[in-house]
Amino acid sequence: MAETLISVPPRARRGDIVEIKTLVSHVMETGYRRSQLGERIPRDIIRLFVCTYNGTEVFRAELHPAIAANPFITFSTVATESGTLAFHWTGDNGFSVRETAEIRVD
Amino acid sequence: MTHDPSRRDFLRAAAGLTVLVAVRPAEATPAAMQDAIRAVIGTAPVTKGRVKLELPPLSENGNAVPLTVSLESAMTPAEHVRAIHVFTEKNPQPEVVSFRLGPRAGRARVSTRIRLADTQTVTAIAELSDGTFWSAEAAVVVTLAACLEET
Repeated sequence: MAETLISVPPRARRGDIVEIKTLVSHVMETGYRRSQLGERIPRDIIRLFVCTYNGTEVFRAELHPAIAANPFITFSTVATESGTLAFHWTGDNGFSVRETAEIRVD
Repeated sequence: MTHDPSRRDFLRAAAGLTVLVAVRPAEATPAAMQDAIRAVIGTAPVTKGRVKLELPPLSENGNAVPLTVSLESAMTPAEHVRAIHVFTEKNPQPEVVSFRLGPRAGRARVSTRIRLADTQTVTAIAELSDGTFWSAEAAVVVTLAACLEET
């Protein structure tokens, strides 16, 4: 199971723009490298990252092999209401990891 | 001291050639990147400006180069940034990442870490809600390229 690191401020005032940082452990094998025997190492990357806020999508990123290993993505969202931010990474070889973070909006 | 005209001509020609070689990469964007850009954004014209692309001018490690793209935008339902795309000219594949955002983002600013296989120019293109496209470029010198061999 891939490890994740998520940074979301636990509390915010309504209307604040909050910064969200996410990291997921993944090799992001490009598919362009060759082994010492000259064989091409098959691609194994995360293709898609989606963030939803109480079920509504607020951000997504389509990734390609040029994203560094352990994809780190920083973005922002408007604190509209208390609830759950859900993060979903999907990729090659059936990779799928979900994580959530709670935010309290006053 | 000899003043051999043919030698002088040769040197002049060589100097001209050097300038030509030095200037060319800044103008000529590889066709593969242009094709990739058109595949992502279509035929719409792209104007330079508005986009701020932050990359270190010199990177010791091409395996993880920090990248930040931002724009000044009200990020309202009427006026916002829809997407930010990043392309490279010398990686094996020109596409790097496409971020999709909207008014719920509050601010048009995204960061990640990218791989660069060589010293090259990185291009960021932003798609706005009014249908216009804006771009910025940044040149990065990479001393250790993202490896293509097994480590």
